[in-house]
Amino acid sequence: MRRVAAPPAVHCLSSADSSVQVIMADSGSSEEVAVIGNTDITSTESENNLINTMVERGSALLRKMEISVAEAEKRTGKNTVNMQETYTVYLIEVRPAETVPDGGTPAAPDTLWRRYSEFELLRTYLLVTYPYVIVPPLPEKRAEFVWHKLSADNLDPDFVERRRVGLENFLLRVASHPVLSNDEIFFLFLTEEKGWREAVLETGFQDKVDSRLKSLNATFRVKNPDKRFTALKQYSDELNTVISQLLRVRARVADRLYGVYKVHGNYGRVFSEWSAIEKEMGDGLQSAGHHMDTYAASIDDILEEEEHYADQLKEYLYYTDAVRSVCKKHELMQYELEMACQDLAYKKQQKEELVSGTVRVFSLKGMTSKLFGQESPEQRESRLAALDENIQEGEEAVLAKNSECKEFVRTAWGDIERFKEQKDRDLREALISFAIMQIGMCKKGIQVWSNAKECFNKM
Amino acid sequence: MSVGAPRGLASSGQKPITEILHPLSAAEEPLSPGPDVTIRVGGEKDLGLTNGTPVESSSPSSASFNRLQLDDDSEADARDPYASTETRDLFVTVDDPKKHVSTMETYITYRVSTKTTRIEFDLPEYCVRRRYQDFDWLRMKLEDSQPTHLIPPLPEKFVMKGVVDRFSEEFVETRMKALDKFLKRVADHPVLSFNPHLNAFLSAKDLNKRQGLALLSKVGESVKQVAGGYKLRARPLEFCAMGEYLDTFTQKLGTIDRIAQRILKEQSEYLTELREYGTVYSSWAGSEEELQRPLEGVAGCVTTCCGAMEDLSENMSQDFLPVLREYVLYIESMKNVLRKRDQSQAEYEGRLEAAILRKQEDRTPMPVEVEKCQDKVECFNADLKADWERWQGNKRQDFKQLLTGMADKNINYYEKCQAAWESLITLLQDKQTEDKSSDTN
Repeated sequence: MRRVAAPPAVHCLSSADSSVQVIMADSGSSEEVAVIGNTDITSTESENNLINTMVERGSALLRKMEISVAEAEKRTGKNTVNMQETYTVYLIEVRPAETVPDGGTPAAPDTLWRRYSEFELLRTYLLVTYPYVIVPPLPEKRAEFVWHKLSADNLDPDFVERRRVGLENFLLRVASHPVLSNDEIFFLFLTEEKGWREAVLETGFQDKVDSRLKSLNATFRVKNPDKRFTALKQYSDELNTVISQLLRVRARVADRLYGVYKVHGNYGRVFSEWSAIEKEMGDGLQSAGHHMDTYAASIDDILEEEEHYADQLKEYLYYTDAVRSVCKKHELMQYELEMACQDLAYKKQQKEELVSGTVRVFSLKGMTSKLFGQESPEQRESRLAALDENIQEGEEAVLAKNSECKEFVRTAWGDIERFKEQKDRDLREALISFAIMQIGMCKKGIQVWSNAKECFNKM
Repeated sequence: MSVGAPRGLASSGQKPITEILHPLSAAEEPLSPGPDVTIRVGGEKDLGLTNGTPVESSSPSSASFNRLQLDDDSEADARDPYASTETRDLFVTVDDPKKHVSTMETYITYRVSTKTTRIEFDLPEYCVRRRYQDFDWLRMKLEDSQPTHLIPPLPEKFVMKGVVDRFSEEFVETRMKALDKFLKRVADHPVLSFNPHLNAFLSAKDLNKRQGLALLSKVGESVKQVAGGYKLRARPLEFCAMGEYLDTFTQKLGTIDRIAQRILKEQSEYLTELREYGTVYSSWAGSEEELQRPLEGVAGCVTTCCGAMEDLSENMSQDFLPVLREYVLYIESMKNVLRKRDQSQAEYEGRLEAAILRKQEDRTPMPVEVEKCQDKVECFNADLKADWERWQGNKRQDFKQLLTGMADKNINYYEKCQAAWESLITLLQDKQTEDKSSDTN
């Protein structure tokens, strides 16, 4: 397993640290136990730190190689329970990204075949290995948000084609990510057909799967949530809701528009029939009818093109899941930190009581000593020693957890800023291409109706 | 002063058909512009009455003449397919609907304006108010007095009280346009326009409908008294063809009506979804920063497209469908006239047969009634044929106009949408270059 060595900047816990202090609500102590909550790193600062490294790193892999998912093929074979199944495999092509001299032939690409489940495995590996990264999503497993004409069948050629494009997009996203692109397993995915599965399993990433699931599903409560992450989670939930809504309505709009266009085809037939009983009007009517047929047929291509826009929206819909998962991981980490601090505070309190002789915290020992008499100095001594050791361990745990947390926040936030920019850029492009599509549709409409009008004029 | 051929009720039935110059006959006697039409702007050509297919006049003078003559809505005139084709000396318009509330009932009246140079009218201009009932009366009278002619249809008389609002702006507007068309068609008809009932309708202060103006229409009365029981032997081919054509045509119109209605339904459902689509973009904009303006821009475009679609649908239901339905009614009444022609022919054949039998028996000469019948039939046939050609020509114009109008409205819709999206792109791309330049700064 190869981790990206992120630029080291582990913050040591020091009283000079200008980070926010957190008051543990129930302990009443204002000791500087942890640094959680809003750090003082401003977003522009981290942006500047990371942008430069990202740009360099991000395109490193892509500078070396061109990646594409060129084809899809159906295969049949026996699955794990020895039953025949049909599945689709996708051809990944990798070729060195060097300029080809004029007249020269480009180098033959390295190719291998992968099925969807292998992509899924890769992604799970990345999610677990880089918990602070918003890992790009895969195209949908099953066709969702379909309007009636689109097949919801996984083996339907249109669906397979759109999935091929989606998988290619996924690979390119990973390959251009400043962190993910350097991963060895990802590299092997692109280059090693046979031994890849073993290599992934050997990384032992599956041990971490449990903790990830825990973070996603658990309902723990963090006492002092990081406001930035809270806001991000809320935004991601909102985005998820609104894009789902948008896709649903879009499918309905497509359905209706299909109906409007197709009914016009009936004009073609009736104009043709009518032209048969006319003399001077006949020709004009007949040709106008043909244009009506053309108009009715044009909707198929128009809606096919619009699917691409829907796919762009879907990518970001699935991205929100990845964002949410990063927020949840952070939450878990913070929760664990809070628990560790709480534990430490408890232990310190115990020591304090032991030293001062007061019993503030209920303990069985304390009770029994009250009831049955004081313990001996030796006993007390050994207890203190044990507590001190515990406290030492606790402090170390808190320190480690704290620095882990800070590191997570720093790296995660870096990726989040990158993601935000990417999202704004991509979605704006998507909206522009949507508008361009609409314009294309209008132009086609004007063309057909102008042609029909000419025919009507000749009636 | 008469203008060329006699313009009275031509089908008087008294003279044998061969001696009467049919006012609609083209070649023999072109109608020359008489002295009562010298007010026209010079250069006005008499296009004559062709065999019904109106020639699209490119002469600017006729168009400008129309505009000089009338203060009316020039748009209505521009849309009038008959405007520049024949020499006209009678102009009618229906407009200005007003609601009247009385203790007994509430109803709408329309202003009927007339401008004319015809001697049959006492004054050159008239302005009266009429309600639907009056139009209905006029049509009935025309049908009665001119049974051999095709009378244009009226918009539907009855409306389901619960379903349609008789006083809504759209309904009144649609009805008024249909009434205007009806009157214009009658005014344009070379025979119908001289009908005294029309004269009364256009000029009388109060239409005393119960009195029933005593008029000349002998043919009318006699045709009405067709005795039953006569069976038609052989219908001339051309009238068969007419009947068949009308049957098929009405069928096609019905289909087109259904298709148009279906499109309206789909469009309305599309509109509902599209509106929601816009609001989702709006609400998304609320949770974004950088993307707020682009998303609101998209929401705005979608709203504009909704408005454009609304306009298109409204147009279809107000301008397109009523005309289709009007033609179906027209065809209904035409089929009636064809039936009456058949009856008239049947009567003649029956009487003829009877007369021949009697002649064989007692050598009496051919009775006058049989000759009268023969004349009637021949007049009927001639009127019908002429009207048919005319109707075909008008039908062609009407549908050409209707369908090009439909195409225009659709083009309009797409143009509006395209403009909206194009302005959005400029907005979005400006912002992009703005950002890029600020990045490099």
